[in-house]
Amino acid sequence: MKSRSLLRNVLPPAVFGIGFIALWELVVKGFDLKPYFLAPPSKIWQKFIQNFDLIWGATKVSGTNALIGLLVGAVFGILMSLVLSRYRTLSDLVTPLAIALNAIPIFVLVAVLNNMFAITSEVPRRIMVTLVVYFIVLVNVAKGLTQVSPTHVELMKSYAASEVSILRKVRVPNAVPYLFTALKIAAPASVITAFVSEYFGGSQNGLGSRIASNIANSKNAVAWAYVLGACLLGLAFYVISSLLEGVATPGGGSKRAETGPGARRGN
Amino acid sequence: MSAVEISSLGKVFNAGSANQVDALVDIDLSIAPGEFVSLIGPSGCGKSTLLRLIANLLEPTSGSVTVNGKSAKQARLDQDYGMAFQQSGLFEWRTVAKNIELPLELKGWEKAKRRARALEMLELVKLADFAEHYPWQLSGGMQQRVAIARALAVHPQLLLMDEPFGALDEMTREHMQSELLSICRRTGSSVVFVTHSIPEAVYLSNRVVVMSPRPGRITKIVDVGIEGERTDATRDNAAFFAGITAVREALRGVEMSDHVRGIEDR
Ligand SMILES: Nc1ncnc2c1ncn2[C@@H]1O[C@H](COP(=O)(O)OP(=O)(O)OP(=O)(O)O)[C@@H](O)[C@H]1O
Ligand SMILES: [Mg+2]
Repeated sequence: MKSRSLLRNVLPPAVFGIGFIALWELVVKGFDLKPYFLAPPSKIWQKFIQNFDLIWGATKVSGTNALIGLLVGAVFGILMSLVLSRYRTLSDLVTPLAIALNAIPIFVLVAVLNNMFAITSEVPRRIMVTLVVYFIVLVNVAKGLTQVSPTHVELMKSYAASEVSILRKVRVPNAVPYLFTALKIAAPASVITAFVSEYFGGSQNGLGSRIASNIANSKNAVAWAYVLGACLLGLAFYVISSLLEGVATPGGGSKRAETGPGARRGN
Repeated sequence: MSAVEISSLGKVFNAGSANQVDALVDIDLSIAPGEFVSLIGPSGCGKSTLLRLIANLLEPTSGSVTVNGKSAKQARLDQDYGMAFQQSGLFEWRTVAKNIELPLELKGWEKAKRRARALEMLELVKLADFAEHYPWQLSGGMQQRVAIARALAVHPQLLLMDEPFGALDEMTREHMQSELLSICRRTGSSVVFVTHSIPEAVYLSNRVVVMSPRPGRITKIVDVGIEGERTDATRDNAAFFAGITAVREALRGVEMSDHVRGIEDR
């Protein structure tokens, strides 16, 4: 049963992925594309192995920035959403501001932040990741805390429950699936933000700056090898956040999400 | 002392504004301990509002409600009543047993005592094997039975139910009606029960309160003259049919005076 569903879920994308790489290889070889135009996967893999230590080092730098930003941003996002759910008027004041801030391309802030810290500091990049994650978590968790079933709230009132009990026993558990949805979005976003932040100066030690510098030096295949490292890092973040969801949600998170809100009102 | 005492009760929503609704006017009703009373009437006549006023989930505009001789608010704070809604309102992140334990948790019961009571309640609604299941693993009828078990968990003297069987199929519904009556016989609870079904109201109740809308008021109270314990045979009983006819007549009076919908004549 379990292995069959694994077969059904993993096999098709795996076959597709392998087919895609094979086609890529064939196109590059068949049309004799120049390496500076597009490198074949076999060459990229070879460079990946050759430069593994360097790529691993750069991955650690970018991954650490992403991880720290992810954790700090999530903590602040959760705390702020708890505060906002408690004080309605504050929420009405802050929410439009949060949406407005989220709409501007906040990457530009890196340039500003870089001026505020030492040239080799990783702090501006981590602040960037924190900001991006913070908004994703804030918006989703606040929704989970406020969009609770009216029947649940009436029931709690009929049990003479205090606002604090309602928060602990209804709002917070209701927000848990929303938090994991937010983390599944925020985890890859934190990796991307960590890379892009590296394009705005600072130390040339992360995956993003290595990709840029290798392309600038026409080392196309090496750049692609770093891209492969970046893909694997993003994937690792996503997989870990998905696994966490499975562990933290009783009875399976996504299954509950499917039957949850509909069933809650429907029955 | 009556279980519920309602006198000159009135409720106005959005008073003074353009969309003012006189949801209830001048309601007088007294419910004896152990009595089963149904509220029936067309959609919008204020049945749910009346139930929420008894439960102190709403404040009356005029008049008063007492439950077990206390103010409705004190009765709510003392958890003197259990409540069940049309939607089962189970907490989907809690197991079936944990759902039933919730009102006890809030009363400050210790863990072992809570668990024992939850299992006792599950026994009562014949779901003992499902204690560790999650609500979404249960059928709609089973979820509704859990909700009723939860409403009964504090052993309330008063049970308030708002169309609890509305979502069930006819067979499950009749089964649940018999179950509810046998539970009430054992616990001696009084019940205020909102329904749209005339046979359901007559089968379950000692008295059926017929209401009419705009403004919501009581037009007639029908005494159901069924003798003794109600069984499946009751549904073929002459007194059962007499009760149905009486309620239908009363509702027809409502219908003559106003175009209304929403009563199931089955
Ligand atoms: N919170 C509220 N604010 C404003 N008006 C309300 C509110 N709750 C109920 N009403 C109005 O009060 C009237 C009675 O509503 P209520 O829900 O008690 O009807 P009901 O008899 O339970 O109807 P149904 O059989 O459809 O459940 C309706 O006209 C409704 O629009
Ligand atoms: Mg109603």
